[in-house]
Amino acid sequence: MKYAVIVYEIDDQFEARNDPARKDEYWKTWGAYSQFLGDRVSGGAALQGVETATTIRLRDGERKVQDGPFADTKERLGGFFLIEAADLDEAIRLANECPSAKTGSVEVRPVLPIG
Amino acid sequence: MRTPDPQAAAAEAARDAYGRLVAWLARRTGDLAGAEDALADAFESALQSWPRDGVPDRPEAWLFQAARRRGIDAHRRRLVRDQAEATLELMMVDREEAPSEDHRLGLMGLCAHEAIDPGIRAPLMMQTILGLNAEQIGRAFGVAAATMGQRLGRAKRKIKEAKIPFEPELDRARLAVVCEAIYGAFGIASEAGLRDATQDALVLGRLAHRASGEDPETGGLLALMLHVDARRDARRLGGRYVPLDEQDTGRWRRDRIVEAESVLMAAARHRRPGRFQLEAAIQSAHAQRALSGRTDWDAITDLYERLLAHNDSAGARLGWIASLAESRSPSTALQALNAEPSEVTDTQPGWALRAHLAEALGQDPRPAAEKAIALSPDPAVQAHLSTRYFATR
Repeated sequence: MKYAVIVYEIDDQFEARNDPARKDEYWKTWGAYSQFLGDRVSGGAALQGVETATTIRLRDGERKVQDGPFADTKERLGGFFLIEAADLDEAIRLANECPSAKTGSVEVRPVLPIG
Repeated sequence: MRTPDPQAAAAEAARDAYGRLVAWLARRTGDLAGAEDALADAFESALQSWPRDGVPDRPEAWLFQAARRRGIDAHRRRLVRDQAEATLELMMVDREEAPSEDHRLGLMGLCAHEAIDPGIRAPLMMQTILGLNAEQIGRAFGVAAATMGQRLGRAKRKIKEAKIPFEPELDRARLAVVCEAIYGAFGIASEAGLRDATQDALVLGRLAHRASGEDPETGGLLALMLHVDARRDARRLGGRYVPLDEQDTGRWRRDRIVEAESVLMAAARHRRPGRFQLEAAIQSAHAQRALSGRTDWDAITDLYERLLAHNDSAGARLGWIASLAESRSPSTALQALNAEPSEVTDTQPGWALRAHLAEALGQDPRPAAEKAIALSPDPAVQAHLSTRYFATR
């Protein structure tokens, strides 16, 4: 069973990515989590900060482009992992260890099987 | 179990067999909605024919065979495009005997899984284990049938799509969550005077107690619900709300109290106290008033202190403080109340207690009573407080 482990981070954590004093520690925790997941990971990506995001909407054939993320909330999409787990209980156990669980949050969702 | 007449007993037998089969199928397929679908027609005809023709000798075997026959018909009609795993599973079981294992406790655990919205856990148990439909459950909880149906459907889809696992054995922590879900539904229902929902919760409590091999905490839960249910007719008098210490004990149901006491005593023999046993013991101490004419407030204060060590909640704290007013003094109780945070004091029972203590201390109870009235969802409770504190004397 494939699940997406979706990472929501707060601004402070996005800032830590590029803060010379904190970035080593920040990336180390994510490296450790990646290692922890090991061969259960089949894909994923870390995303740039929301200041780089552009949101597009098509309404009545008209394209509306907006600077920024879809929803302006305190916790922002920071990236995701695609993992393999036996069931939701195991997926939740794996998501528990995600660094953003302590500061922001982690969402677990089953991947929609296609075909 | 609702009433002793044979028709109700037949319906009860049908629900019992249905719940067992749903649990057994759901465990094998992981598809709860599919299991219900596969058994729906057979269950419907059992509900119709058993009260009329009598309960068959082997109720589950009857239901199982009927479901298999109908499953095969339905399967022929729908062919394979449909992913009715449970129906296919039902057809493939190659034996005459109906499944004998009882996995209903596991099914309760599935319904009360941490990933399921707490508010829908007990309704989900009522549907899958007791075979009640969305309309009956909606009516029991005062929710529109369509809304209840959608919420139940969403929960079942999540179980299947997110693959929430069916664990046949529940550890103590998960058993506690199951008890919590049942008691939550019971509490809401009895506060609101929803008679059917309280009885359904009681049936679930009995089932959990039996299926868990009479675990002391499920015993505590059952005893607690029985004690509260015993006072159902005394809590309202002609639509008027009557608080516990003013209730006429002659209106308490003795059979319920006797059963509660025997279940609680059996639980206590395990010497493994827990939240529900302690709450039941507090209600048991209140029930003694029916025999002795007085309430042992020292014992109640002591039980609340032990309860708080197990399970700290606003309700337990207020119960403890209210007991202090009787076992110590109203001023000791007021001191304790003033030491509590606003999450505890700024609530309906918090303000009601403050009004009561103010009155006992010869102070003006009305400012607190006003807040308690404003926070009461129940008009009968509002009327009771208005009469008590604002009637011209």
